[in-house]
Amino acid sequence: MAPPRANRPLLEVRDLRVEFPTRRGTLVAVDGVSFHIDPGEVLGVVGESGAGKSLTGTAIIGLLEPPGRIAAGEILLEGRRIDNLPYEAMRRIRGREIGAVFQDPLTSLNPLYTIGRQLIETVSTHLDLSPAEARERAIRLLQEVGIPGAEHRIDHYPHQFSGGMRQRVVIALALCANPRLIVADEPTTALDVSIQAQIISLLKRLCREHGAAVMLVTHDMGVIAETADRVAVMYAGRIVEIGPVGDVIREARHPYTAGLMGSIPKIGRHEERLAQIDGAMPRLNEIPRGCAFNPRCPQAFERCRQERPRPVAAGRSIVACWLYDGAAPTRATTEMANE
Amino acid sequence: MIAFIIQRLLQSILVMVAVAFVAFSLFAYVGDPVAIMLGVDFNETDKARMIAELGLDRPFYVQFANFVGNAIQGNFGLSYRLARPVDQLIFERLPATLELSFLAAILALIVGVPMGVYTGLKRDSWLSRIFLTVSLIGVSLPTFLIGILLILVFSVMLNWLPSFGRGQVVPIGWWTTGLLTISGLKALILPSITLGLFQMTLIMRLVRSEMLEVLRTDYIKFARARGLTNRAVNFGHALKNTLVPVITITGLQLGAIIAFAISTETVFQWPGMGQLFIQSVTFADVPVMAAYLCLMAFFFVVINLIVDLLYYAVDPRLRVDRGVAGGHAG
Ligand SMILES: Nc1ncnc2c1ncn2[C@@H]1O[C@H](COP(=O)(O)OP(=O)(O)OP(=O)(O)O)[C@@H](O)[C@H]1O
Ligand code: SF4
Ligand SMILES: [Mg+2]
Repeated sequence: MAPPRANRPLLEVRDLRVEFPTRRGTLVAVDGVSFHIDPGEVLGVVGESGAGKSLTGTAIIGLLEPPGRIAAGEILLEGRRIDNLPYEAMRRIRGREIGAVFQDPLTSLNPLYTIGRQLIETVSTHLDLSPAEARERAIRLLQEVGIPGAEHRIDHYPHQFSGGMRQRVVIALALCANPRLIVADEPTTALDVSIQAQIISLLKRLCREHGAAVMLVTHDMGVIAETADRVAVMYAGRIVEIGPVGDVIREARHPYTAGLMGSIPKIGRHEERLAQIDGAMPRLNEIPRGCAFNPRCPQAFERCRQERPRPVAAGRSIVACWLYDGAAPTRATTEMANE
Repeated sequence: MIAFIIQRLLQSILVMVAVAFVAFSLFAYVGDPVAIMLGVDFNETDKARMIAELGLDRPFYVQFANFVGNAIQGNFGLSYRLARPVDQLIFERLPATLELSFLAAILALIVGVPMGVYTGLKRDSWLSRIFLTVSLIGVSLPTFLIGILLILVFSVMLNWLPSFGRGQVVPIGWWTTGLLTISGLKALILPSITLGLFQMTLIMRLVRSEMLEVLRTDYIKFARARGLTNRAVNFGHALKNTLVPVITITGLQLGAIIAFAISTETVFQWPGMGQLFIQSVTFADVPVMAAYLCLMAFFFVVINLIVDLLYYAVDPRLRVDRGVAGGHAG
């Protein structure tokens, strides 16, 4: 299912740590997150609200809002560090090499400008095209994302489009300059359920055609199952499990993932929240010692409350759980629960 | 669009009629015109003749209709105080007030908007803090005090600028301008700063808070995520979105500037309408007061109309939505 591993990943995130300094101490919202995305690959990112998914994506595109900051770790794009670039250098990467799709298409477009103007300014910012060529490219992009009558719709204002159509425009904007990676943060959450599947499959098809990899943040396990090659599960600012989508869904190893998968919705069905596990994710200022999941974990033992589990290989996945460290068994967690 | 303009025009006319009614009522309630015009010694025949001449014996609505009819032609009768046609008095003084007000407004805009943008973008710089602190002083000091302080420093102590009057003015048709002579320009500086300062700080604070608001929006974040330059994001996208409220407030403030010119004109002995109005009030010169009232209302109404039309130029959402709504109504 996953494409063969390329020599060098497109994106590599190593030990990323995002902090918010506050009056009452520092909040660590993303804590030691490591993962990679291969060229053309779709990485799904799931986890409860507040797990740090959006912040991870925002850190990658270099748009964390102060006082939020990357406190440690590195982000590499094709082997080159991009987390410490000056603003102007990073600006050239945004849109050109890393595109973004946000959650709400109703608010992503500037209401005062035609969609054509917004497309053309993005195209001309990154590509050396004449105004006529830029307009032509904009029209072609609109046709690609399935806007009927693109030649005259290009001169319309955002409010003249429906939500779904606007998200198509947003996708066209993200693909303007053929970026190698798209960070899509819940691209369908704000849309009508009936058109979510369309937009997801459009995004997937276009990214494949343009050769772009996708970091797809979503709450919808159905979307993950259908779209992603691999999936990362986040909890309290950490990645608890990451692996090929089939493995993670069918034989979840981390107890949190297992809980999440406990009731996988059928494909296409929309699940608002993933929480089928008792309790709630801790707030940033009260993340427990050791494994962040230990107060809710049915299999927690003494070590979980003392030491933080390291990410270790388990099958084709990587899991941060003491059950899989060292001489830990490789059996499914459900059997562990019976001990 | 046209339906909307017509609707707005009708509203404006309604406002004008209401103001005209208030102005008209002044005649009935402030002083007794006959007594004022005839002086102390008069006999009953004089009085009756006067009442007939002024039409005061006719029914009230006829009087009001006459008043409105005359007002539309700019005819407000004779000043009690100066015994000259009111429209003449006003037109003599209109240029002084309008030049002062527009200069003050332009000053407020060209200084206030950039300062607002700057303080919005560089929230934490020391210069922003200075601007904000100074603007607080601008908002809290009364106009006449600012005027007196400026006169003290620049006229009395430094002797750079005149402390009163318009300087030398040049007539252009019935208009007189101080913009074409050195002394006229020098004379404008202190009064227009005095008059514009409050509006300047207001506009600065408004632009700043609107900028802060807009910079938090998704479409600004998305514009950054598209890799647009800072200039394109801040000025192309953010600033334009602050324009609608800025236009509104600036428009309303222009009306306020013309109206509040009264205290500045008093401090600088500026021969404008404000000064004329103050003198009229002390003398209960009702025709001048009525004319002034109507003229001010007229300015406000015209400015509001222009503001509404500017919305159209700026915000495409109004063009469609209101166009549709107006189509049904009209
Ligand atoms: N400006 C901020 N100051 C303090 N804490 C913040 C700030 N922005 C985000 N956080 C915190 O960081 C954590 C992670 O936020 P993030 O937006 O990445 O969550 P998420 O996984 O995307 O959640 P959701 O599914 O609700 O979008 C949250 O607990 C949030 O409260
Ligand atoms: S480390 Fe311990 S508490 Fe954490 S998930 Fe594994 S078993 Fe549960
Ligand atoms: Mg989020």
